Amino acid sequence: MTLRDTCSIVGAAELPPRRTTPGVTTLEMIARVSKLAIEDAGLEPGAIDGLAVGPQVGETPQHVPATVAEYLGLRPAYADIVDLGGASGAGMVWRAAAAIGAGICETVLCVLANSRDPDVIPRSPNRNPIREFDVPYGGSGANQAYAMVAQRHMAEFGTTAEQLAQVPVKQRTNAMLNPDAVFHGKPIDVLDVLASPMVMSPLHLLEVVMPCGGGAAVVVTANRQAGSLPHLPVPLLGAGEKVTHRALSQAPALTTSPLAPAIADAYAMAGVRADDIDLLSIYDCYSIVVAITVEDAGICPKGEGGRWLEENDLSIKGDLPINPHGGQLACGQADLAGGMGHIIEAVRQLRGEAGARQMATADIALVTGNGATMSEEVALVLGAR
Amino acid sequence: MTTGTERLPRPGFVSVQTTVPYWEAAAEGTLLLQRCKPAGHLQHYPRSICATCWSEDLAWQPASGRGAVWAFTVVHMSGHAAWRDEVPYTLALVELEEGPRLMTNVVGVDPESVHVGMAVELAAEHDTSGPQPLLQFSPVRPAESSPVP
Repeated sequence: MTLRDTCSIVGAAELPPRRTTPGVTTLEMIARVSKLAIEDAGLEPGAIDGLAVGPQVGETPQHVPATVAEYLGLRPAYADIVDLGGASGAGMVWRAAAAIGAGICETVLCVLANSRDPDVIPRSPNRNPIREFDVPYGGSGANQAYAMVAQRHMAEFGTTAEQLAQVPVKQRTNAMLNPDAVFHGKPIDVLDVLASPMVMSPLHLLEVVMPCGGGAAVVVTANRQAGSLPHLPVPLLGAGEKVTHRALSQAPALTTSPLAPAIADAYAMAGVRADDIDLLSIYDCYSIVVAITVEDAGICPKGEGGRWLEENDLSIKGDLPINPHGGQLACGQADLAGGMGHIIEAVRQLRGEAGARQMATADIALVTGNGATMSEEVALVLGAR
Repeated sequence: MTTGTERLPRPGFVSVQTTVPYWEAAAEGTLLLQRCKPAGHLQHYPRSICATCWSEDLAWQPASGRGAVWAFTVVHMSGHAAWRDEVPYTLALVELEEGPRLMTNVVGVDPESVHVGMAVELAAEHDTSGPQPLLQFSPVRPAESSPVP
């Protein structure tokens, strides 16, 4: 693929620079200039399926693409932040072309804005919608969103606390074979989970990931040289991404997530189906995320994730292992690096280098990444066909 | 060394120019939704643009104040230190009868009795201890009188 001939710029708009822009926020200026640009393009907002934004200093410290997407009512399959100073705008254009050329999306909104309001002395370091509308009710942090997702899943499908507790229990079992896991050698049972302190109902402490320090890195190279390097290469077969919201009040649903379209896109690109997957190396910040993921991945019907987790052996002896390394629930979560850990475990297994916890057959892996309020999702299909 | 008994103040009041009318109404106990005039889309949270059609021609509309609990959680370990002593309290997403959902608290009821689908309405009184006017919900109060069938 070359970027040449992939795409064209069809809409362009500016807000004339002014010394000060009192009374408007950066988010509002993003909305205004995006509207002008889409009108110039002669397209409807609904045509936008990719979004590139810049850092939003002073308003949103993290999850910037999701915050902007949600504000604009967009649900992009490509959501990026380009943080290259004055090169951000140009940097967005070629990245948009790469995403379009790869078939990830068709129409990308690239937007940058900055409010210069002399009267604003931030009383808080950020003033995005979650800060304004959720935090004042005591709605801070990540746990509350997943707790509400779990409550809704229980109410809709009868999922039980015992079923969700299977996740940390079975991840700890897997971690018995991973000396690097923070909870290596510390198996637990369902009663331990249910007896652990309630964090936010229905989630107990032992089904919530433990924050750690750490890091992770992968090197991705073109296939033409991948075969001549020391380890067996692990090809990328398919990828999908979907961002639907930032604040939980804006979620289209709670019991299914944007993993469903992201995984479907990854499967389609890879030319595989759910029953082709040998290994689920899937994001497990909370028990409920794993239950919803196996549903959204088509491993079991919607609503039956709890029962599936109960009935299946998630270890390397089972038919479909989940996180042989123990997942983040047993390994600990080194902030965003925890998610990359699922890629690295898949690489180990597909290379045949997982040692004591090597699966007998590991040809195709589904890897998932999850962010914010189960609202930023990526799926990868890795392996040799 | 802290003794652990100081109460951390709640985060300061946040509003932007667009949302000033929302918070002024909230201080009076009224929940305003935004309606985009060309298409009638209703939305919460308020913003400078209709999230459905990107119209900037928006109006305010009072909500009925009635809805149902779409999801909730009883907080035992708060995500912010300022709420450490408030636990247990109920966070909820209420789906208003007009359609939009909002983050709020369910008050005036034992947190353990809150459930998905519970019919709620704007509470008679709201927590005024913090700097941001809150619009909280409580279970629907029984009708004044109803005929005996």
